[in-house]
Amino acid sequence: MSVAVGSKPSQSEDLRNLTLSGHVGFDSLPDQLVNKSTTQGFCFNILCVGETGIGKSTLMDTLFNTKFEGDPASHNEPGVRLKAQSYELQESNVRLKLTTVDTVGFGDQINKEDSYKPIVEYIDAQFEAYLQEELKIKRSLFNYHDSRIHACLYFIAPTGHSLKSLDLVTMKKLDSKVNIIPIIAKADTIAKNELHKFKSKIMSELVSNGVQIYQFPTDEETVAEINATMSVHLPFAVVGSTEEVKIGNKMAKARQYPWGVVQVENENHCDFVKLREMLIRVNMEDLREQTHSRHYELYRRCKLEEMGFKDTDPDCKPFSLQETYEAKRNEFLGELQKKEEEMRQMFVMRVKEKETELKEAEKELHEKFDRLKKTHQDEKKKLEDKKKEIEDEVGAFSKKKAAVQLLQAQQAGSQSTKKDKDKKKFLPFLKHPKTWRPLLTL
Amino acid sequence: MAEPQSKPDPDPEPKTEATVTGQDLFGYVGIESVLDQMKRKAVKTGFEFNIMVVGQSGLGKSTLVNTLFKSKVSRKSCNPSFEEGISKTVNLQSISHVIEEKGVKMKLTVIDTPGFGDQINNLNCWEPIMKYINEQYEKYLKEEININRKRKIPDTRVHCCVYFVPPTGHCLRPLDLEFMKRLGKVVSVVPVIAKSDTLTLDERQRFKERIRQDLWTNGIKVYPQKEYDEDAEDRILNDKIREKIPFAVVGTDKEHQVNGKNVLGRKTNWGVIEVENVAHCEFANLRDLLIRSHLQDLKDVTHNIHYETYRVRRLNESNLNGIGLSASPLASMNGTAVRKESESNL
Repeated sequence: MSVAVGSKPSQSEDLRNLTLSGHVGFDSLPDQLVNKSTTQGFCFNILCVGETGIGKSTLMDTLFNTKFEGDPASHNEPGVRLKAQSYELQESNVRLKLTTVDTVGFGDQINKEDSYKPIVEYIDAQFEAYLQEELKIKRSLFNYHDSRIHACLYFIAPTGHSLKSLDLVTMKKLDSKVNIIPIIAKADTIAKNELHKFKSKIMSELVSNGVQIYQFPTDEETVAEINATMSVHLPFAVVGSTEEVKIGNKMAKARQYPWGVVQVENENHCDFVKLREMLIRVNMEDLREQTHSRHYELYRRCKLEEMGFKDTDPDCKPFSLQETYEAKRNEFLGELQKKEEEMRQMFVMRVKEKETELKEAEKELHEKFDRLKKTHQDEKKKLEDKKKEIEDEVGAFSKKKAAVQLLQAQQAGSQSTKKDKDKKKFLPFLKHPKTWRPLLTL
Repeated sequence: MAEPQSKPDPDPEPKTEATVTGQDLFGYVGIESVLDQMKRKAVKTGFEFNIMVVGQSGLGKSTLVNTLFKSKVSRKSCNPSFEEGISKTVNLQSISHVIEEKGVKMKLTVIDTPGFGDQINNLNCWEPIMKYINEQYEKYLKEEININRKRKIPDTRVHCCVYFVPPTGHCLRPLDLEFMKRLGKVVSVVPVIAKSDTLTLDERQRFKERIRQDLWTNGIKVYPQKEYDEDAEDRILNDKIREKIPFAVVGTDKEHQVNGKNVLGRKTNWGVIEVENVAHCEFANLRDLLIRSHLQDLKDVTHNIHYETYRVRRLNESNLNGIGLSASPLASMNGTAVRKESESNL
């Protein structure tokens, strides 16, 4: 049976706007969508970057109206490390899984060149974890605990002059990875007129250095206005406090000084309310979306390209991930095989070497054995010769002994015959004229 | 775990006056405004919904879809001059419209399947449909594993397949069983009894019971599936629905006067069948299920379960063969890396 799948109309052509003749009911769709998320809960992760003692933990406590656990950090940290803590907050029927990440030891070292590195590594690690989950075969993205940083609050020290170079360098490294919201910490140390100058100096420095901070979205009518007015006050000058002071007849979060009381939630005193407004009440969802659709996509693109995947090759013929992967895989397998071959050859060579070594050793041993044997034989022979000599001598000696004994016996038996014997002995001499002469000359 | 006291503020956005007046803001942080933010964003991006209607010709598929969305969304209405003959093949045709209600925009795509079950030999007539569904998954998967991918991947996957059962009054036919069995695995199937104004209430009840029996005997899972109920609340709600499926529906786009009111109905010599009257037929139930309460759920089940199943199958396939898509470079590389390590221990 032949199959003809009907043509799917392209987006721009056949899309018509129809009017409904009655109430259908899909206007409840946003509610349906939101209900789903409510049951699952939301994730929100804030990273606080700033020097030790600048008020990061206090500000978090003030923002979320609660006391997060944790002790103040010491100033003796050898390097920057990131400490993450998760909390579950609930307000009416909304559950928020909040994670605050603190940079412990930032700005404390003498050499701060590498201070930004642990922060960048942490952010990248969160993206990597999400990417790994997304690339898995069996994945469960819908109940994955999102640990990617949605907002980075950068705490600027209230010097009153300008940004420190450490701040500039760190912000420049972070601006393509996370939504940066710069805030001026401990703003109660700056007078109002200085504050305005400080703010404009900071903003101009950020612009001139090309640091991209988070832009509050102005494309939606409902929030465009409020976002636009708030953007003017960037960076927000905040004061944090969890202590309450009696003002009038109410308790308010404030800091008490001998010369007055700084109210945290008074907009004349500091911009805390604006920060809370922007961060939580108006743009939380946008922050999450930007993290996912901009920063994470950028990371993903770079990471995949780094691994050698391409979408299109220089001639603009679309490569599919498949082909690239195929090629890479073959390359990889080829390399693997080559390495295997190499190893095998090396192994064979080693075996051969060992064999020759062993053979040589064997030969040596044989030679040694032969030598020793020969020496042994020589010695043995010598010994035998000596033995023979000795035996000969012994034999000679015993003969002589026997002869002497015989002689003695003869002498004792016949003394008389001695002269004869002598004569006999001499006679030959006498008879022989030759032997005479020496005698005569006597 | 810290929990702030929750004092729901009736006006979530505090006045931007200079001083703090009257309201007690200590306990309230404003986290719940994220719900509004999400709604606004969702409304701004708009929704997409793709519905497929399957059934023999003459069962009233196009009419029902028109009734559901109260506008002429079906193929027939778009090509009125088209002569409707029995087509020799199963043609899938999809028409898209944008409809708006109270600021919520929805891109609705209706996929029609004329020719299904109309031949003498209907063997494998579900194949073009399965192919189409899988093609949509494939398209989505390809876009998802692209390096430079779009922010919002266009979603053409079939979210819901409405299967029209002819009102025989007996039980499901082999074609119905075959089709629902196969398609129940890849898409959410919602069976409905078409043209149910030919059945009396008793007949209807018995027919439904037999259908449910048949479905259960054959292991066919229709929407809402029991396994995907997330919590007790969902289960209670879905159990109620499961007791009533398949819905017996009647469709029409004509209005008549009943008791002085204008209602959608079919006029016959023996009375007017009011489509939206739950005493007459279960159209309202179907509409509520599909649109008012479970539309997002249908999309979620398609995305989280059917699409993921397809993806797993596809990626495993390509890993085994070494061809085709392989979007799990890390996983596969991990696999080969492990192999390399084990081989180095020669």
